[in-house]
Amino acid sequence: MAKVIEGLYYSESHEFIRVEGDFGFIGITDFAQKALGNVVYVDMPDVDDEVNAGEEFGAVESVKAASDLISPVSGTVVEVNEALEDEPGLINKDAFENWIIKVEISDKNELADLMNAQAYTEFCEKQ
Amino acid sequence: MYKFFPHTEEDLKLMLEKSGVDSLDELFSQIPQDIRFKDAYQIPSEMSEIEVRRVFDKLAEQNKQLTCFAGFGVYDHYTPAAVPNILQRSEFLTSYTPYQAEISQGTLHYIFEFQSMMTQLTGMEVSNASMYDGTTAAAEAMMMAVAATKKTNKVLVSQTINPKTLKVIETYALHKGIEVVTIDQNEGVTDLNDMKAKLAEGGVAGVIMQQPNVYGIIEDFTGVADECHAAKALFILDTVPADLALLKTPAEWGADIAVGDGQSLGIPMLFGGPYLGFMCTTSKLIRKMPGRIVGMTKDNRGQRAFVLTLQAREQHIRRQKATSNICSNQSLMALFVTVYLAIMGKQGLKEAAQLSFDGAHYLLDQLTSTGHFKLAYDKPFFNEFYVKYDGDADKLYDKLVQEGFLPGVRFEDGFIFAVTEKRSKEEIDKMVKIINEFK
Amino acid sequence: MNNRLYGNLIFELSVEGRKGYSLPKNQFGNYQLPEEARRKAELELPQCDELTVVRHYTNLSANNFGVDNGFYPLGSCTMKYNPKINEEMAVMPQFQNIHPEQPESTTVGVRTLVEQLEKALCEITGLAHFTFKPYAGAHGELTGLMTIDNYHRQKGDLKRKKVIVPDSAHGTNPASAAVCGLEVVEVKSLSDGTVDVDDLKRIVEEQGEEIAAMMMTNPNTLGLFEKNIPAIADLIHQAGGLMYYDGANLNPMLGVCRPGDMGFDVMHINLHKTFSTPHGGGGPGAGPVGVREGLQDFFPFVSPYQGNFGVMVKAYAYILSLGKEHIAEVGPLATLNANYIKESLKDVYELPIATNCCHEFVFDGLKDKSTGVTTMDVAKRLLDYGYHAPTIYFPLLFHESLMIEPTENESKQTIDGFIEVMRAIADEARTNPQVLKEAPHNTPVGRVDDVLAATHPVVTYKALVEDKES
Repeated sequence: MAKVIEGLYYSESHEFIRVEGDFGFIGITDFAQKALGNVVYVDMPDVDDEVNAGEEFGAVESVKAASDLISPVSGTVVEVNEALEDEPGLINKDAFENWIIKVEISDKNELADLMNAQAYTEFCEKQ
Repeated sequence: MYKFFPHTEEDLKLMLEKSGVDSLDELFSQIPQDIRFKDAYQIPSEMSEIEVRRVFDKLAEQNKQLTCFAGFGVYDHYTPAAVPNILQRSEFLTSYTPYQAEISQGTLHYIFEFQSMMTQLTGMEVSNASMYDGTTAAAEAMMMAVAATKKTNKVLVSQTINPKTLKVIETYALHKGIEVVTIDQNEGVTDLNDMKAKLAEGGVAGVIMQQPNVYGIIEDFTGVADECHAAKALFILDTVPADLALLKTPAEWGADIAVGDGQSLGIPMLFGGPYLGFMCTTSKLIRKMPGRIVGMTKDNRGQRAFVLTLQAREQHIRRQKATSNICSNQSLMALFVTVYLAIMGKQGLKEAAQLSFDGAHYLLDQLTSTGHFKLAYDKPFFNEFYVKYDGDADKLYDKLVQEGFLPGVRFEDGFIFAVTEKRSKEEIDKMVKIINEFK
Repeated sequence: MNNRLYGNLIFELSVEGRKGYSLPKNQFGNYQLPEEARRKAELELPQCDELTVVRHYTNLSANNFGVDNGFYPLGSCTMKYNPKINEEMAVMPQFQNIHPEQPESTTVGVRTLVEQLEKALCEITGLAHFTFKPYAGAHGELTGLMTIDNYHRQKGDLKRKKVIVPDSAHGTNPASAAVCGLEVVEVKSLSDGTVDVDDLKRIVEEQGEEIAAMMMTNPNTLGLFEKNIPAIADLIHQAGGLMYYDGANLNPMLGVCRPGDMGFDVMHINLHKTFSTPHGGGGPGAGPVGVREGLQDFFPFVSPYQGNFGVMVKAYAYILSLGKEHIAEVGPLATLNANYIKESLKDVYELPIATNCCHEFVFDGLKDKSTGVTTMDVAKRLLDYGYHAPTIYFPLLFHESLMIEPTENESKQTIDGFIEVMRAIADEARTNPQVLKEAPHNTPVGRVDDVLAATHPVVTYKALVEDKES
């Protein structure tokens, strides 16, 4: 059973966002990392790139699959998790701890379109 | 019964029975009758091997063998006997793409060697497992540059590249929606001031040059890479790998992507193919590179093993998001080149290149001494050169063909000649003698 | 890797000063390449004598498996026998020594061969013209789509940028569309794997004026003939689009049905599948593109000459050998072999679609799912028994796809042997699953660590040496 953490927001494409003030930490969920298998590469945007809610900002690759990363919110990338460049497998160790990008959120209203932990747990059960 | 169909009457009966049908025809009962093909194909009847040979012998006779002084991207280099012999090993010849690594170590192993050799020649850090040919490799490099440098979709191409390469690039660009802008030439080489001006306009993903260029000239690309990088564009160099035994490498010119055709590494000319394209790049760009890549790893017994890797870049996983639709490589031709380079080794390749260089310069001297030929542009060249002719070039061309020579490629008011290590002094002298006697 | 010496890389066999080549002495006098044009980096190619090179590659070949080694039921790849006469014809010096820029008067033979091959392919496919420029199947797809795009552009129909592709299609179809600058619209499949015509109607109604083409294989990826093909072609044609036939599954149609008669306008043929030219470990192949009368003016310039001419020689030799009599038997015999295997194994392997198939069919893993044995394990165990594995995990419609395609060249004895082994593996899955999980055991190497290869890419000998040092 995949882990789901209270207090985060979740998207249907299995990204999470942890909000701290004006910033959000975006990564893939434990459910997503389990489905993907061993992550071998994370294709990340550059700092200062704009991301838009519902649009692709990168990709996570396993040996035999690649999954696009879809941003749950709009904003500007302020940091990327460089540790993943050398050790993409960190996502398999703890997907929530190893976020992929940190963004400055431009419109917090967009968070309302996302799921909470309970809704996401139910969503995953149906998958 | 037929030699390739081993089904006896008894086999057919048992197999149809097991399949739950009464006849072969019934296997296709789901196909609407009105679109079934019921006639006989209007093609020749079956032939025995003896008859097939007769047909091909006749077709073969209808071609004329010429002593080749042509290049233009396709060179008549020598093929050591060991190379085609290895290529006929049916374990290599009749295998599929090495997806089942455990029974494909032969293929995977030589591709790893191929990648290692191509990076030696080009000086680049990584290579893919090969591509179709040099022209399509250049077009793939263009698409790779556009994918790697986000938000740009323009490339600059020097007018000194082979016009056929340019035409293939333009075909891909038209459909993909990439803008191709050519850089002017000046006295047979790329006008670097024009390049600077066009880079300054912005939005350029890549700059494509050829070395040696279409006239065989060795261009001076000093500063080109810096100009490109300052404009955030990739520098793509299309080269002839046989010449790289001696020539400054794409890496030494600062190229980001090196492409070209491996035909010059002993592959027969065969009326245009199969050859192989190659593509090498920097480690930084490896995930943007199209085509297969073989990597080293270990098996579950702890042995060294090779495997197709970084496959998540490719079409079978990325579908429409892949930068390229390429599936295969020219695997058997990669084996060709690998065995060729193993036989020639570092010394042989240099010697063959030097012989080609010397022969070409000797031919130019002899042509110049007839008083009718002049080097079109007074620039250093490798084994190919463009000379103007003061007589009727078409007539001279026909005369030489009649005498059994392929006098290069007819180009404007002259010829582009190429010489390889296969051409002897005797052959050159004989051709020049005919030219001297030509009225 | 059975032998330590021959498991080496050719670089590891290199000894300074050894040579495997011979060249004539320089008769031209010495000319000097300008210093500034010379490479500075040392050229670290191996230095070996000829015998060392020959043994190295001969022994490497022993670590490979080809059609000449054994049964190769790789679905969708049509691993048929590659007759030896084809190889001999392709290496005739009168073909090998022809420069593609030679004047026409000296190339009558090779050009006649191309014309006659074109005529035969037109007859077999029911189309009017072929271009031989494309080097491979994927290159053919791209060429065909460019032809279609050129056709719409020439008519000024610039909105037609969408290509309808079944969701069961191979990844190359959408990738080719994207490289051609076209957008992919997926049409759904029914549970039996054929195109959902109602969904197609919806797409045509909603986006008809933007449709450039529909791309299909027929029979489809599951080996099923799309019996609604006339209706599908009508729908697309009425909307102003063209029908593209992906020739990947042409083999069972030989002697049975022609793409032109099914309503297709443009297609590519994989000469390396249907016309028996060897796959060569992944190429060179050839992907000639055929069209209906009138569309030949829109062929694009995708390569400088006549494509992979050497491959075309082999295909022509095959067509002449079989002739009209035996070409027409290819489809029925390939189809019989596939149905025979399917019926002989469906009690132990899960058959999701129980109907007559064409040249290939798909099992969804073992019938008994309780053992935990996967399709991957079955595939790897087959290698131990001396068979190539079927195509696995494709199509994506099923979780445990195992796609089997025997060709017309396989005898009942060979196929019975394969069936016996497949049944033995199903038994092992129950009695000794561990032996499957750890398979293969009898191959030169065991299962390879592809995660290590991808996370720590070592792709050249130089990198390998530097890696060891660090």
